[in-house]
Amino acid sequence: MTSLAEAFSRSRAQGRAALIGYLPAGFPTRDDSVRLMRAMVDAGVDIVEVGLPYSDPLMDGPVIQAAADQALRGGTTPADVIAVAGEVAQTGAATVVMSYWNPVERFGVDRFARDLAAAGGCGVITPDLTPEESADWAAATEAHDIDRIYLVAPSSTDARLRTVSAACTGFVYAASTMGVTGARSTVSDAAETLVLRVREVTHLPVAVGLGVSTGEQAAQIAEYADGVIVGSAFIRLVLEAPGIAEAESAVAGLARELAAGVRRRRIDAGPVT
Amino acid sequence: MTWSRRARIPRSGARVASSDIPAGHFGPYGGRFVPEALTAALDGLDAAYAAAMADPDFHAELDRLQRTYTGRPSPLTEATRFGQEHCAGARVYLKREDLNHTGSHKINNVLGQALLTVRMGKKRVIAETGAGQHGVATATAAALLGLDCVVYMGEEDTRRQALNVARMRLLGATVIPVTAGSRTLKDAINEAMRDWVTSVDDTHYILGTVTGPSPFPSMVRAFQSIIGREAREQVLEATGRLPDAVAACVGGGSNAMGIFAAFLEDPSVALWGFEAGGDGVETGRHAARFAGGAPGVLHGARTYVMQDEWGQTVPSHSISAGLDYPGVGPEHAWLHDTGRAHYAPVTDAEAMDAFEKLCRTEGIIPAIETAHALAGVMRLGRELGDDAVILVNLSGRGDKDVATAARWFGLPAVDESAEGR
Repeated sequence: MTSLAEAFSRSRAQGRAALIGYLPAGFPTRDDSVRLMRAMVDAGVDIVEVGLPYSDPLMDGPVIQAAADQALRGGTTPADVIAVAGEVAQTGAATVVMSYWNPVERFGVDRFARDLAAAGGCGVITPDLTPEESADWAAATEAHDIDRIYLVAPSSTDARLRTVSAACTGFVYAASTMGVTGARSTVSDAAETLVLRVREVTHLPVAVGLGVSTGEQAAQIAEYADGVIVGSAFIRLVLEAPGIAEAESAVAGLARELAAGVRRRRIDAGPVT
Repeated sequence: MTWSRRARIPRSGARVASSDIPAGHFGPYGGRFVPEALTAALDGLDAAYAAAMADPDFHAELDRLQRTYTGRPSPLTEATRFGQEHCAGARVYLKREDLNHTGSHKINNVLGQALLTVRMGKKRVIAETGAGQHGVATATAAALLGLDCVVYMGEEDTRRQALNVARMRLLGATVIPVTAGSRTLKDAINEAMRDWVTSVDDTHYILGTVTGPSPFPSMVRAFQSIIGREAREQVLEATGRLPDAVAACVGGGSNAMGIFAAFLEDPSVALWGFEAGGDGVETGRHAARFAGGAPGVLHGARTYVMQDEWGQTVPSHSISAGLDYPGVGPEHAWLHDTGRAHYAPVTDAEAMDAFEKLCRTEGIIPAIETAHALAGVMRLGRELGDDAVILVNLSGRGDKDVATAARWFGLPAVDESAEGR
């Protein structure tokens, strides 16, 4: 099992940003989701973000909503998500779960952290949980050595960046733009400004997500960020593929393009702890 | 429902003094569970709201609009025949929010938030709507104040509340039918939140009820509390005493909080919220969050939520679009747990029975949402007897529901073109 700190150290040692790939567990089926995520890792993804499908994903655009709906129709449960994360972690890639808060709370806050750790997962991204509401979660993640990743946004004040970054472990997730998930033709300039502002208040790695879909965009972001997060672009390929074999090859193809992107330029980012 | 009802109380204990409750919380309920992108906007709203509440000019302008535009104070009507014939002789008083401009209590909150929008220098408002009453009120205020307006409405609701869709469009609003999920109010809120995350610089989200992230539950309650303030005074004047019970229907719960607010400190006054029992709580086809849900997080707040054992939201069901929502305002969750207010489900059939009885005994066609409260009042009357005084919030009028009601009662169909498939 690889930790987030190790994953970022490794990419930093290679003078590049880490590539973080997202897919929901259970999409298009439980086993095929594992297959696709393993293909991502084989093609150069450093950190896998396993999505926990939720009925009301209010930070997600239509592509991730469609994938989550499909996974839920297939009966995907939080226990399945943890098991999928475990299978992906066996590849050696650092593996985190991304989940809206209610399913975690319903599962049991301590149980979720404990079971994920036992399966080999190393962190959880919580897009609708704020540090203020996180007392139980902080205790559970400390107890089970699971990293807590919160989001910051271009609208976050400096004080807010300090609060949120201080609550994070592993890395800080910088939302590139004011909006929901989904591929965009350009990644806003706000991302770079935000990353620079976050660096003022933390030594943690900073990864940029929302709207990234091409190797070119990944290369641009890799100039200033420690990690590049891609989700909807992978899902779109899977939705468009006629079968799982085609989906797997398309996902691997995009992962290779993005992996080349994050390697295109050397970066001089802040120290990684 | 298959899961056990465990009242999980995270963080603070269930029975803490109100002074120990952090701002934006009601006991363990409420709070802010939102994407970080919205935190700055919610902080800004908090500040603008606090500044407005401390500003006599804001109150003067809101008061002027309430009097000259909404038509406040709304009257209190004694429902003599309804009380005699259907509520075991209890004296039933109707707080006539149905007579407000736009036809429901929704305008109270909307005018407050629309004035705030102008103060914040924003030019565009968005809203979610279920029955369409909040959407109509928002479209109305937007026209009045010269704001752009977009209303998100579940596709299913645009069908059953077609009249209100037409009203919104006539008022110049853009109505966006939401085809995600259950295509009802829950999904309209998701879509409005997604819009807001993207547009927050120039847009205010006029949330229509006492749900959502802080400060919405407290702010919407404050703007709706004029209902209770007026009603308390009116019922004292009419009867010389406080009512034995105050009743309201509870979807998100804004009309209920609006009327409850004035009576929270009167222990002799029982507070009753009636939720949509749909086909019956035992069928699973209902919107009874207290009878059939459990504490969880939905749409930015911790509250009672209809959810499965894995925390996925369960679609609600009700004949009334305005009550068809799987969450409820967090303050109601707290009032429920503390026992200060009581909540009970009313089925579609009971609500439609009360709907017909009010039509026939008082000459008032209520909204189907409101009919749930009236069915509750019929129960309360039987329980409390003929010397009881019961105050009910007649939260909206039923024009929008005429086609649904005609279908229910087997009357000749209302022109289908008015239902705009």
